Amino acid sequence: MSATATTTGQIHEEPGGGKETNYLNVTHTIKSWLLTQDHKRIAILYMVSTAFFFLLGGIAAGLIRYELTSPAGVMLESETYNKVFSAHGILMIFTFLVPAIPAIFGNFVLPLMIGARDVAFPKLNLMSWYLYMTGGSLILWGILAGGVDTGWTFYVPLSSMYSNGQVTITLVGIFIAGFSSITTGINFVVTVHKMRAPGMTWFRLPLFIWAMYATSVIMILGTPVVAVTLLCVIFERAFHLPIFSPELGGDPVLFQHMFWFYSHPAVYIMILPGFGVISELIANFSRKRIFGYHFVAFSSLAIAGLGFLVWGHHMFVSSQSMYEGIVFSLISFLVAVPSAIKIFNWTATLYKGHIRFQAPMLYALSFMGLFTLGGLTGLFLASMGTDVHLTNTYFIVAHFHYVMVGGQMTAYMGALHYWWPKMTGRMYHEGMAKFAALILFIGFNLTFFPQFIVGWLGMPRRYHYYYFAPEYQPYHIMSSLGASVLALGFGLPAFYLIASLINGPKASANPWGAHGLEWNIASPPPTENFLEIPIVTDEVYDFDPTSEFEQEAGTHRIMHGDAPGLQTKDGDKKPMEDK
Amino acid sequence: MFHLFNFPLAPPAASNFAKEHDLVFYTLCALTVLFCVIVGAGVIFFSIYYRAGNKVDRSRPMYENLKLELTWTFIPLLLGIVVFWMGARLFVEMKTPPKDAQEIFVVGKQWMWHVQHTNGVRENNTLHIPIGKPVKLTMISQDVIHAFYIPAFRVQMHVVPGRYTQLWFTATEPGAYHLFCGMYCGTQHSEMGGTVYAMEPKDYANWLANGGEETVPMTMTQAGEKIYNRVGCNNCHANVSTPRAPSLLGIYNTKRVFTDGTSLVANEEYLRDSILHPWNHITNGYDESMPAYDGQLSESDVLNLIAYIKEMGTSTGKSAPSSLGNAEGAATRATGHDVHDTLSVGAIQANVPDPNPTPTLRKDTPAVGAIAAEGNK
Repeated sequence: MSATATTTGQIHEEPGGGKETNYLNVTHTIKSWLLTQDHKRIAILYMVSTAFFFLLGGIAAGLIRYELTSPAGVMLESETYNKVFSAHGILMIFTFLVPAIPAIFGNFVLPLMIGARDVAFPKLNLMSWYLYMTGGSLILWGILAGGVDTGWTFYVPLSSMYSNGQVTITLVGIFIAGFSSITTGINFVVTVHKMRAPGMTWFRLPLFIWAMYATSVIMILGTPVVAVTLLCVIFERAFHLPIFSPELGGDPVLFQHMFWFYSHPAVYIMILPGFGVISELIANFSRKRIFGYHFVAFSSLAIAGLGFLVWGHHMFVSSQSMYEGIVFSLISFLVAVPSAIKIFNWTATLYKGHIRFQAPMLYALSFMGLFTLGGLTGLFLASMGTDVHLTNTYFIVAHFHYVMVGGQMTAYMGALHYWWPKMTGRMYHEGMAKFAALILFIGFNLTFFPQFIVGWLGMPRRYHYYYFAPEYQPYHIMSSLGASVLALGFGLPAFYLIASLINGPKASANPWGAHGLEWNIASPPPTENFLEIPIVTDEVYDFDPTSEFEQEAGTHRIMHGDAPGLQTKDGDKKPMEDK
Repeated sequence: MFHLFNFPLAPPAASNFAKEHDLVFYTLCALTVLFCVIVGAGVIFFSIYYRAGNKVDRSRPMYENLKLELTWTFIPLLLGIVVFWMGARLFVEMKTPPKDAQEIFVVGKQWMWHVQHTNGVRENNTLHIPIGKPVKLTMISQDVIHAFYIPAFRVQMHVVPGRYTQLWFTATEPGAYHLFCGMYCGTQHSEMGGTVYAMEPKDYANWLANGGEETVPMTMTQAGEKIYNRVGCNNCHANVSTPRAPSLLGIYNTKRVFTDGTSLVANEEYLRDSILHPWNHITNGYDESMPAYDGQLSESDVLNLIAYIKEMGTSTGKSAPSSLGNAEGAATRATGHDVHDTLSVGAIQANVPDPNPTPTLRKDTPAVGAIAAEGNK
């Protein structure tokens, strides 16, 4: 605990009292923000910008749900409806889900967690935000200039030869935003390899770092492929270069192979960071080392590796070869195993923990439920026979929202509530936060569970009208009602988090009593993070549950010094078991 | 609003694949429930029992356990491989059409399905098939990628431009089922659908022989004759002129002189006007107008009536035109002129059943208009 020893004193100080400088108040000019190379400020830039795009994507989602309450639509033309759901998908995936956790929380806490003063390439890090903003602006421009009606998947030849929308500009935007993923990925990989503090061995890394590492590998290897693919679509669209369209002599199924070669791993770009967050939350709020640390860490790498070999399960009915499909189906079942390992290990971590139901933990627990269902319903789609019926229906929509929203978005909310005191130095209203977590869980299930049923009944996705099948309407109404609750679940945090910036109580360095280097420095951290580079001597999540047995909830072992009592219930002196 | 209280929980199961598909589906459902219950029970029990402050035995906590890890690695793996095998077996079956399957051809285009049976009968946005007989669809798209999807049969396959894809099934239950386009294909994607009619083999044979109608189609003259008798024209307009009304035999293109001294040639325009607004022209020799049929006959009824009245002039009796008309009708059918090429909004084009069908079967309908002929549309 030598690292904590140097900073323990800060715990009882009120950081605001002495007007300490931190990364937020060190300078105040706009220029100092826009040209910052501080990974923490870049994280804040990302947080604000992704929130803006999330809001736009959310408005689109609201329009979709409103429109589907009636089988014959409510107020939109079919063409507009198609543009709205395309905008929803493009904004949520490329400008929110892919960058959100890595670029916000990865940027902010990855260097702090490994005891580094910044990422390896701070200028590249700033550039990645500008690339992201350029890409995002072009996508927005595309939407404002008329939008695209291709769906986020841009299937050819619809996108290359038939669509009249702003396809080119949107594709250029996604192409550029992709480079922001690549640069972030490179930065993280190099940082983790080269900038760990002394004593921070690979197996002392918090599991969030392992998840970010696996994510970065996918970003670096996968994103160039989708960039090339989208470039091919642009060339075919603009110059009639024969690549995909059979009219020109191309092959439309080739596009699907290239697109899903990235876009399936991209699903793991979107969910692996969530796994990392949940590992942190479960360990820290159970006050117990994560069960099966090595299995959880390596399962992230296994997912990243196997994730590259399953893209064909999006194409069972696309006219790819039957034998190809069988191989893809088998590997898809294999990739489910590492996810199952994680879920079981998290559950086992709770065993004999000291579980505290603070807001971040509530998000982690709801993640466990939602992701389990989301992951298991993925098996329906990995199984070829059932995929034939369920693919392209609302079953798919429900499945990936359970993974993306129930999984990644819930993890995002957990991370936001967990690291908010560290990032802003303020505490939010705990009661409101717990209430919001509950609302989110209820609203989410009400929105997306009915979609499983309506998909199983056969309602295809991306349908504007369904007056020819009015039996689907009750489920759509349920889903739209749920979406209103869900919107409240996302709106409330925006309200109390912003309120916390104005009049929230000052946060201590370690308000959760969590374990990890980022909690050993002040909240918010100073610009250089660590006054002196810490030397790590303790294991990861090194809580000592036996010492806390007699303690009240909410206290932290640091308060008890470096020599916690080792009294067990039976009064035995029991040595700490370290592996 | 009745359907708002109707919560169907499963789609109809009407093909040979439905049973096996649903077996895999419900197996997966059972596994999902099982694992959700295990994880859910674990999470809920542990988090309540081991909540901070609850004084329970926490001695000797576990951090690693290889046996446990291997257990929850290999049990899901084995279960996964079993389900994989079930799904793959069904898929291989779906990809292997029997050799004796009846062939039907499908063209997808923005935004309609065009179906062609081997004897030349064509239909749009509907698919008529016999039950109990394997049917193989060979499909291609004229523009973007579509997907031919029949939920009740649990079959779906992309319809791709530039290559043929295939789909087969054996319908097991007669009935009308949804046909959808599964792959997003542009503006009217949601309306690119229709109905699959699974029919008893006998009904299907009749349907096919009749050129895609439930019953023999009527010519305009036949339809006109039927209307002529139904609405009671024959009560007054007989074979010879009576004091109540003139005979209509040969009236077409003759000069009609009216009570006000004016005259007109009895062309289509005049005949229509005389049926709908008879008071406009009272023919010399008659005191009063006949009842007006404005609002009682549709324009297409009037067209049929006029066609019949015109035919009356070419022969001596009212029934004479019938046989002639039937032959014309057959030709029209076979070339598919009557098949609507426009997409009526989701509505299945209803073939109004003839209340009084003439049982004339046409056996040798020529196969005219291959898919290619439509191609340059």
